[in-house]
Amino acid sequence: MSTRTSIPFSRRAFLKSSSLASGGLLIGFNLFTACKPKAVESPMDLSSLDYQDFNAFIKIAKNGAVTIFSPNPEIGQGVKTSMPMIIAEELDVAWDMVHVEQGILDTQNYTRQVAGGSQSIRFGWDALRTTGATAKQMLINAAAARWGVEASECTVSEGVITNAKGDTLGYGDLVEEAAKLETPEEVTLKEPKDYKIIGTGKVNVDIDEIVTGKPLFGLDYKTEGMVYASVMRPPAFGQKLESFDATEAKAMPNVVDVIQVGDKIAVLAKDTWSAMKAKKALKAEWKADTKLESSEDHDRILKGLLNGNKFETLRADGNVQKAFAEADNVLERTYESPFLPHNCMEPMNFFAHVTDEKIHLVGPIQTPEGTAGRIAEMLERDANDVHLEMTRQGGGFGRRLYGDFAIEAAEISNKARLPVKVVFSREDDMADGIYRPAIKYRIKASVKDGQITGYHLKEAAINSNMYGLIPNFFPAGAIENYQVDVAKYDSNITTGAWRAPYTNFLAYAEQSFFDELFEMMEVDKIQMRLDLLEKVKGTTDERIQYSPERMQEVIKTAVEKSGWGKQADGVYQGFVAYYCHNSHVAEVADVQIEGGMPVVKKVTCVVDCGIVVNTLGALNQAEGGVIDGIGHAMYGQFGFDSGMPTATNYDKYRLIRMQEAPKVTAHFIQNEYSPTGLGEPTLPPAGGAVANAFKAATGKRIYKQPFMENPEFWRLSDQPILG
Amino acid sequence: MPTYQLQVNGKATTVEASEDSPVLWVLRDHLNLVGTKYGCGIAQCGSCTIHLDGEAVRSCSITMTQVVGKSITTIEGLSEDGSHPVQQAWKEVDVPQCGYCQAGQIMTASAFLEKNPNPTEEDIKTAMNANICRCAAYNRIHKAVTLAAEKMV
Repeated sequence: MSTRTSIPFSRRAFLKSSSLASGGLLIGFNLFTACKPKAVESPMDLSSLDYQDFNAFIKIAKNGAVTIFSPNPEIGQGVKTSMPMIIAEELDVAWDMVHVEQGILDTQNYTRQVAGGSQSIRFGWDALRTTGATAKQMLINAAAARWGVEASECTVSEGVITNAKGDTLGYGDLVEEAAKLETPEEVTLKEPKDYKIIGTGKVNVDIDEIVTGKPLFGLDYKTEGMVYASVMRPPAFGQKLESFDATEAKAMPNVVDVIQVGDKIAVLAKDTWSAMKAKKALKAEWKADTKLESSEDHDRILKGLLNGNKFETLRADGNVQKAFAEADNVLERTYESPFLPHNCMEPMNFFAHVTDEKIHLVGPIQTPEGTAGRIAEMLERDANDVHLEMTRQGGGFGRRLYGDFAIEAAEISNKARLPVKVVFSREDDMADGIYRPAIKYRIKASVKDGQITGYHLKEAAINSNMYGLIPNFFPAGAIENYQVDVAKYDSNITTGAWRAPYTNFLAYAEQSFFDELFEMMEVDKIQMRLDLLEKVKGTTDERIQYSPERMQEVIKTAVEKSGWGKQADGVYQGFVAYYCHNSHVAEVADVQIEGGMPVVKKVTCVVDCGIVVNTLGALNQAEGGVIDGIGHAMYGQFGFDSGMPTATNYDKYRLIRMQEAPKVTAHFIQNEYSPTGLGEPTLPPAGGAVANAFKAATGKRIYKQPFMENPEFWRLSDQPILG
Repeated sequence: MPTYQLQVNGKATTVEASEDSPVLWVLRDHLNLVGTKYGCGIAQCGSCTIHLDGEAVRSCSITMTQVVGKSITTIEGLSEDGSHPVQQAWKEVDVPQCGYCQAGQIMTASAFLEKNPNPTEEDIKTAMNANICRCAAYNRIHKAVTLAAEKMV
């Protein structure tokens, strides 16, 4: 995992340089074929996305200006700033010489979709550095050739090459010659101690546009003749369209057309409001095609699965049943979570213009290449007909991995033969979601002679179960008899990835369980964690990805930074430590009782994600992840009644706001490991930290999310429950 | 469809729109001022916040008839060049993650600081509570409002 590891990919396959027609050097590279790691911790199979040739570029103009085309979708995780920082570091240019652009470089030679996927920095670390270093080496080689000296005697600083005699040449002076050179087979990467850009704080590259309201997002995109589509979809999961009458809607001002696509009715109008208003005038009849499901059904079914014996076993060490039979003490608890909508602040939307010549797509999408491919296939068109441009995205959280909204836009434009922007209302966005599935966990552990001897985790989920390496996360490897079993129920409600899939709830269940188990055992909660991790050291089990050493370090640092055990009177703390998305995190929540209610005042968060690329961006991700995790654990209540969502807007669905947001202090472990995930890892443990602190404050445990929906918990006070 | 005479960002503007159209969509679709964002349409999230005669209002929930004769300021008109102290503070603190809600946050903060130039921590929390940030950059929003208040003195 060290930064100095040799780079295991074919350089020829992913790098190509050429001259620009306008003068200058262009280097194209393919981030994904270059650096896809063996174990992909993602619900998506990235290999299936069919990335073609190059998906990212560096351009160096004759005047020395550097443009980096940031390869990945920007959804608020900051990669549009941090990925170019990595290239600029190895290219050795001053950050203020760099201009960053999103998306594709649409020249005659290179028309390629930009690719997307989770864990951008981790996947891109080697490729981004190598690309920057390759460009630098080519420029050095060009300078050396011009001077007639050895390349090895040249040094570079901030875009200026100097030889032994002290002559200097700027990158801009060399681009024409460099473009004609062979791509070097080997380049030397910097040692972390020499970094000038990586590890500093750089402000979001779009900051000026954001604070002045420039068009950046999908919803802001406009083009000549574009019409807005407001789409009526089946109101309940399980329904199909029987018939509809659009007479009234069609007669309304500014309405251009009303068309049916499958089970949907699209109202096309000259402005958004006219389209939304006319949609309300549609008269549609729906019929149940499959069962109209309710959350009550799901509760019953998932409990039935947990009580049953139809599981798939994802990992089994030793014999948990034997451990339970021989135990001095056994603890068993069940944890429950609802569905969750993503609620990206920018509702789903997409532009499509399908003509005989091409398919032009513009909008916010986390999987541009895959979505473009699906649209070409649906419309039976050549993949080369599709031209997709990505916009900045008003949040992703997993929802924009699914291209349903883009496919819908293409379908409507294809039928209407007009440039169409599909705009979801907030109600559409929440009612036509691809939700975090409702899940229940049952955890059972055995204790004998003061040791944890067995641990059995059962998962019952809607539609799909935990994937990849999750069954090998802690405490796998630390407890001799260990088993993970999963079962699922196939529902007609659409579900998918939601920020930190599965762990976003599992972390709370597991960390709450350990807190209770340690109390039952009457052991020190910190020492017990450290002892369990000690047992994993030196493991030969290759499935175990977390590092016991790194986990111990975040735990010890969190103890120190939070003042664990030394808190003031009236402050109650909850501790968690969790590994996911290749990063190690420990969090401590501080709770105080105010007006008879436990209130989260502060969270201390310690993260080991290896080298931190952008310190400003990293802090923002860590703080936001913690508060997002607390918000959904506390308030996120969502379900279904006869196939219809129980909430469709913020009057009935509560998101965390400033008054409920605690102060978060984040700390990063300094080391030279390659960077790992940061957009997600601080979120999953946050709910557990709060639940454990609530227990410390009130003596009561919560087993169900959202915490606000546990009347028996809040009944401890005479105060009314906040609504 | 009726025609309205509006004052938008200091300029007299004429626009044709249906009388029940929320001001939000007239700004975005008719006047190309897309900095004002749609979030919920029911005045719950604050993404669409503009100033109406200096007051922060939710443009998704006021109609054209309510703005006639009044002065509208949107994020595009808050300053010529992003130099308003609140915008400056937003940059210095590097507030945004996805950035979508930030225009609304800035418009709420700037109207609030005009009225309360010396706010307490609690005043800021109360004033900003009506604006949702889905990325939960609340610590930085709070810090930026505090910094902007210092800049405005």
